[in-house]
Amino acid sequence: MSDTPIKMRVRETVILRVVGKAFVPFILIFALYVQFHGDYGPGGGFQAGVIFAAGLILHALTFGLDELRRAIPPIVVEVGIALGALLYGGVGVVSMLKGGEFLHYGVLDHHDEVHGQHLGILLVELGVGITVTFVMVAIFYMFAGRSRQ
Amino acid sequence: MGESVMGSLIEAILFVFLILLALCIARIRSLFAAAMLFGIFSLLAAGMMTLMDAVDVAFTEAAVGAGISTVLFLSALGLTSSEELHPVHHRFMAKIVVIATGLMLAYGTLDMPAYGDPEAPIHRHVAPHYLEESAEEIGIPNVVTSVLASYRGYDTFGETTVVLTAAVGAMLLLGTSAARRGEDGEDER
Repeated sequence: MSDTPIKMRVRETVILRVVGKAFVPFILIFALYVQFHGDYGPGGGFQAGVIFAAGLILHALTFGLDELRRAIPPIVVEVGIALGALLYGGVGVVSMLKGGEFLHYGVLDHHDEVHGQHLGILLVELGVGITVTFVMVAIFYMFAGRSRQ
Repeated sequence: MGESVMGSLIEAILFVFLILLALCIARIRSLFAAAMLFGIFSLLAAGMMTLMDAVDVAFTEAAVGAGISTVLFLSALGLTSSEELHPVHHRFMAKIVVIATGLMLAYGTLDMPAYGDPEAPIHRHVAPHYLEESAEEIGIPNVVTSVLASYRGYDTFGETTVVLTAAVGAMLLLGTSAARRGEDGEDER
């Protein structure tokens, strides 16, 4: 597993390593911006998730799959996939427990419907972002982790 | 006026490039080159969506189409050959089916409303309510987010579940890390 084709070829290219190292943090920060600024500008959970995953995959391409596996173990990825969808559904269930319909965020805040909407949107977008990020990374792990037998 | 002419000129150029790229991808035999051309195709499509003011979609297209799926194609190529095999089937029949389907799709678009037509049915149903009441009811400036996350929260929940299901399906087909660890353990014994 350690000598996957991607890792072997990538180890030799200095330019990719230097450029990748400089780019990855900015891509990740940009993804967080797209995630949490989605109420005000273009973007949201799905966009943020794919951008974050693209940053992580660039990290794997630059430093090798094993580095990324050490930073984000596959078990974390597998739990994260379910966690995001669970967060989304959980917001729906909580709004039902608080006396509204499923996914009616208005009831999440006792004083102000609009504040409840803000909170609900923030949480469900976070759920979408978590699921999408980890799904992309999981699929990448599955493809890149296989060696030709 | 000048701006819109400029916009349609760029759109026309992008369209021509998209068609040329599609033809190249269909004809080329090197799968590595085809994967690269797919990436360029997605990047041009993202440019197209930016011109249509759909920046969200452009983000996704650029990150998924030009980024992640290209990497997945390349990792798949690492497991197989990077040269396409010569087809064994009759290509004549396939061409007729493809051309007929294309013509039918083109015929179908004749009935669709013009691009950006404010009288189109989709702009006359619930869209006016969303645009007029979003600031009052949801209170966030980006109407796209308030539609996706709140008014259409069920749909987005469904989409998230679809993405989750895709990962579960891929895991069942390709095996999870836990399953592979089990296999490795058996090999060692």
